[in-house]
Amino acid sequence: MTQLTSALPTRESGHHRTPSRWTLTEVMRKAEHEMVVCNACRYCEAYCPVFQAMEQRVTFQSADLTYLANLCHNCGECLYACQYAPPHEFNIDVPRTLSRVRVESYESFAWPSFAAVAFRRPWVTTFVALAVGAVISFIAARTFQARDADFYKVIPHDVMVMIFGVVGLFVAAAIAVGHRRFTTIADLKGPRRSSHVASPPRPGPSPRRSATLDVLTLKHLHATGEDCVDAEEKRRPWRRWLHHCTFYGFALCFASTTVAAIYHAFGWIAPYAYTSAPVVLGTVGGLGLVIGPAGLLMLDQRRDPALTHASERALGFAFLTMLLLTSVTGLLLLALRERPYMPTLLVIHLAIVLALFITFPYGKFVHGIYRGGALLKFRREESL
Amino acid sequence: MHAAPTDVLTDTYPEDEFMADLLRVTGGLTDQTLASMMIRASADLPRRMSRFGVRFQPSLRGTLHLGRTNAFFLGGGKALMNSAYAAAERLGVRIVYEADVVGLCIRDGRFESAEVQTPHGTESIAGRTVVLAAGGFESNLDWLAEIWGEAASNFIIRGTPYNTGTVLRLMLDAGAEPVGDPSQCHAVAIDARAPKFDGGIVTRLDSVPLGIVVNRHGDRFYDEGEDYWPKRYAIWGRLVAQQPDQIAYSIIDAKAVGRFMPSVFPPIVAGSIRELGSALGIPAGTLAATIERFNAAVRPGTFDHQTLDDCRTEGLVPNKTHWAQRLDAPPFHAYPLRPGITFTYLGVKVDEHARVVMKGGLADNIFAAGEIMAGNILGRGYVAGVGMTIGTVFGEIAGRESAAFRLGVR
Repeated sequence: MTQLTSALPTRESGHHRTPSRWTLTEVMRKAEHEMVVCNACRYCEAYCPVFQAMEQRVTFQSADLTYLANLCHNCGECLYACQYAPPHEFNIDVPRTLSRVRVESYESFAWPSFAAVAFRRPWVTTFVALAVGAVISFIAARTFQARDADFYKVIPHDVMVMIFGVVGLFVAAAIAVGHRRFTTIADLKGPRRSSHVASPPRPGPSPRRSATLDVLTLKHLHATGEDCVDAEEKRRPWRRWLHHCTFYGFALCFASTTVAAIYHAFGWIAPYAYTSAPVVLGTVGGLGLVIGPAGLLMLDQRRDPALTHASERALGFAFLTMLLLTSVTGLLLLALRERPYMPTLLVIHLAIVLALFITFPYGKFVHGIYRGGALLKFRREESL
Repeated sequence: MHAAPTDVLTDTYPEDEFMADLLRVTGGLTDQTLASMMIRASADLPRRMSRFGVRFQPSLRGTLHLGRTNAFFLGGGKALMNSAYAAAERLGVRIVYEADVVGLCIRDGRFESAEVQTPHGTESIAGRTVVLAAGGFESNLDWLAEIWGEAASNFIIRGTPYNTGTVLRLMLDAGAEPVGDPSQCHAVAIDARAPKFDGGIVTRLDSVPLGIVVNRHGDRFYDEGEDYWPKRYAIWGRLVAQQPDQIAYSIIDAKAVGRFMPSVFPPIVAGSIRELGSALGIPAGTLAATIERFNAAVRPGTFDHQTLDDCRTEGLVPNKTHWAQRLDAPPFHAYPLRPGITFTYLGVKVDEHARVVMKGGLADNIFAAGEIMAGNILGRGYVAGVGMTIGTVFGEIAGRESAAFRLGVR
């Protein structure tokens, strides 16, 4: 008389014993069972969109689970609140299960498809990317002796544009294909509503606008009016704030480069003064990119391992390290740009930036793409 | 109760209505002085609880439509307990886990010490005052068997396996005045495949009013459409407990699929009634005859799950008085049902200071809160959420009064 309990992974076969031996179907099956249990309970519905989206469904196919997994912001509310969390025999640990499903979805959307392997070995991926970046920037370097702060004497502007143009196009294409695969899979069956839940359409802002605000404010890390927990009954804003530092720091650095490119096009050639727009944007952004990733790395050390699957943690660790290396070498380059070892620093910095770009489609960076897509789908379903 | 809409409750729930609800479900088996104390104290409860980090759902979207009378905890009961424990720890309260009270030393109505068993051995803990908050005896299978005999072995306990009633039994043996119906427990019909303990909310099944329920002989035994399910699910535990082997089967056809809250256990599916009968291990002929008679007795009507509609049977014993539709659209789905015990009513009598009443008079320094004294107010029956209200209000009173006693204020 225990059909479900025998179908559920037992504590012996469950993840905390043998994480690496889970096959895709096992993970999906565990996620499906968890959503079935959650859907019969629904006490977590006010916590986040995952449970609200779940309630619109009666069955959970891989597509639904992929969508829900990418909607999950990986806080801890539902785990600590759950009476069915381990050691209960139902063994419900939604954050970690969805974390695993998420990484598997990153793999399955990767383009080219064989690059899925990159997600399984984040450090190998990082080192390969660093090696490629180092080779390219070393070859591109014309001299290692320069006394003024003119980067283009080391690597000519056109060469830089060509390198980043080619890499940038490839990265953009890989991300676009991944996003397309995600939308195709997660939207396969279109927005769903279960027949027994009937509610009138809700007027409100457009889904696209809501989803953008969700991303820019990280609304669902404090949607109940308080910050989500990252340990039992511990509500701290750090994860959200540090993510903001990282996200906006990166955005400012990107803006700095864009402004510099515009200046260059109009004939105003670098180096720019410390008070110029590109340098100010880059410096503030760079500081954000130091504080954010460094803080997140420190938080991760103290984070409850029950919340995140090891595979996702490793991706985060690699990505944050690369961001930190980028910002630290960038700021060093700025501070020491008139010193004799500027060319060496420049080549190192460019190698790291190249490696960062190359790993964008094959690492933690993609979480933003798929989370954004999932949030848009959520807001669309909500507006129906 | 609340006199005006709040952030977590709609409309109003006046004191009189709350009391009327309580008198109705308990059949008068309630201490009205304590009951009105509790009802009045409940008005401001959400605010008082939120000071300890307890959070409530902003609005209820669930299926029970209880937004007027019930505030729901954000994240449920365990989230509530997490907040309460964290608040206690912040106040410097020492919490000892895996500790079982196995003995109480009480002399002339005065508590002296408790014998506590921990993984490190048994120790005696003395105290100038004590608050007993040790629950009922619903997970004590032997005690249940004393009352219900062999049937008790087929009961499923919805909550923790730790409600063994040890402290309740110790108090009754020490001369505490009992209160509440000792022969009753709150039992709902839940999915028979639920774990023996701690299956909680997800094992409930809402399909009953949409079909028929038969026992293991294949016979119907009660009006499945008597009233809205949230008002009736609590009597079905007893109904199933009275059936042979304490098992019954809720049977629906394709028309009802997807019309009730998703169930955690998959339905048993069959293409025909006979097939279903053999899948369930009940006499297929009887089941087919039962359903044939039921189908023939269904009167024409307009089905509406949201109202007490006019779809009913005529000439059946028992009739189904609402939502009666012919079971004729395969595939047929069945869910097995067993009694799921939520709580027991027997407890210790207390006064308005939550102080335990002993046979020889008031106890000196013994207070009680929660299920162990809930029988003072809820001698039988159930009003949604009243257990939490009793627990919280009398928890506050017992804490305050025992502190006052300890400090010699009273």
